[in-house]
Amino acid sequence: MARGKDRKKRKLEKKQEGDDIPKKIPHTLESLREKDETMLANQDTEEQEEAQKDIELDELSTYYENSYEPKVLITFSDNPHSKTRIFGKELTRIIPNSISRYRQRSSVKRIVQSGIREGITDVIIINENQKQPNGFLLIHLPDGPTAHFRLSSCKITPELRKDHKEITTHRPEVMLNNFSTRLGMTVGRMLGALFHYEPQFRGRRAVTFHNQRDYIFFRHHRYEFTKDGKRAKLCELGPRFTLKLISLQQGTFDSKHGDYEWIIAGRRHQLETSRRKFFL
Amino acid sequence: MHDDVVWAIINKRHCSHKVTTKTQQFCRNEYNLTGLCSRASCPLANSKYATIREENGIIYLYMKTAERVMFPAKQWEKVKLSRNFEKAIYQINENLLYWPAFIKAKCKQRFVKITQYLIRMRKLKLRRVKELVPIQRKIERRERRREEKALVAARIDNAIEKHLLERLKKGTYNDIYNFPQMAFDAALKAEEVSGDSESEREDEEEKEMEIEPELEKELEKVVEETDEFVEADSEMDSDEESDSGRKESADVDSDFESETSDIEDVAEKVTKKKPRVEIEYEIEPAVNISKRKIKH
Repeated sequence: MARGKDRKKRKLEKKQEGDDIPKKIPHTLESLREKDETMLANQDTEEQEEAQKDIELDELSTYYENSYEPKVLITFSDNPHSKTRIFGKELTRIIPNSISRYRQRSSVKRIVQSGIREGITDVIIINENQKQPNGFLLIHLPDGPTAHFRLSSCKITPELRKDHKEITTHRPEVMLNNFSTRLGMTVGRMLGALFHYEPQFRGRRAVTFHNQRDYIFFRHHRYEFTKDGKRAKLCELGPRFTLKLISLQQGTFDSKHGDYEWIIAGRRHQLETSRRKFFL
Repeated sequence: MHDDVVWAIINKRHCSHKVTTKTQQFCRNEYNLTGLCSRASCPLANSKYATIREENGIIYLYMKTAERVMFPAKQWEKVKLSRNFEKAIYQINENLLYWPAFIKAKCKQRFVKITQYLIRMRKLKLRRVKELVPIQRKIERRERRREEKALVAARIDNAIEKHLLERLKKGTYNDIYNFPQMAFDAALKAEEVSGDSESEREDEEEKEMEIEPELEKELEKVVEETDEFVEADSEMDSDEESDSGRKESADVDSDFESETSDIEDVAEKVTKKKPRVEIEYEIEPAVNISKRKIKH
């Protein structure tokens, strides 16, 4: 009982003080995030410049110089079920200049080889488990990095009660939110490099990769600015899904001799030292 | 004769290779040709018998005759079959010439079956190797929960909207959108930057704050102006709006004196400060008056 009284007292005190003291901002995982050395915001100007140069020299830099149009191949694991197939089809609607093909039981290495021969710049392989897409392998060709994501909470358009006919063929614009560390930048750049560098703004389509606590949320919207241009209305179109980075590999896919830039080990204690540590 | 004795024992009493199921009897002897326990395919109860076996990818034809039964070590004659299918079939035909048709047929069948599984094995070896990775239930559950929480924390729609508006302000969509208000603001900003420095402007603002009571008349004028705007809004279409916007921007473009532009600035702020309701009150009497006038 005494405790309850105390609480009441405290409440009263707070009320009396209330107006003068500014409201405290509650702690969140974002605000308490452990500092990452590679975060650009935390670095000196010198280090930032160095990182900038590093970024300019990586495998994806050619895309960001607008020197080529990306051409994307989307494929699946063997015998994909309908949901995964539809998901791949929808990805082709989102990513301009992309094709989805069945795997035909060929190995990833052979896909990479033939992709290089055909002038494909990125390969996406969607894995499936229990009829649900659950893996997302992104390979940048010809010698770019390979990222393996865990794919979850994938909702295709029929599940969102949307119609794919609403999706126009305009090239969408891409938004990469919250990719702050060096690793995050690489991942963000990889995802951004799937899309044509020159969006068609008339289509008013926006594709978003939003990173929050290492989860990359994908959303696809059509937007419209209000008449005064102070707000934007959003209408969700296509599929939505969530990615979580499992590993990032240098070079194209090689599970045996590949050089991992970053990999999450299965157990928490091996890599994940704390709940507040985020890598992207 | 000997064979019949053996078969009588195997069939009626016990055989360690025999497996009885509800419907059938199978044989586990490794030399058995068909896998069934029957008089014709029993390797123990037949002194003349042949079979096909595979050892480390190589197929052999095994044959046993009545003469060899006495020497268990030399009981089976072993013939290595060629890798070429047709040659191997020819070999079987040659070796099993004048043998019972049952054994010949079954040997060929078994040979075909073994070659096929060897081919399949090779194919599987050459093809990519898949690795099954277990999904740890607890980790998966944890990740799912965290994902939900992250989704809530992300407030994605807000973030997207903010991003889009930022782009709009930055002028990524240069000519596509035409917002009079935005253009007005942009022009104002440009004016400020090009015109007087920020500090001066601040000073002026302070002065204006001080002279507020004196300014009231001006403000009233301003309010009247806004009234006009409001009327236009209510009466006419959006074209009118854009027209008014253009006028304003044109004013700014035509490089009026800085003071006038500042007054406009103040006017804006004041209209923002003053609640709209008041403005409406002022309209109504005016409208009424006009109506009365009309009536009179």
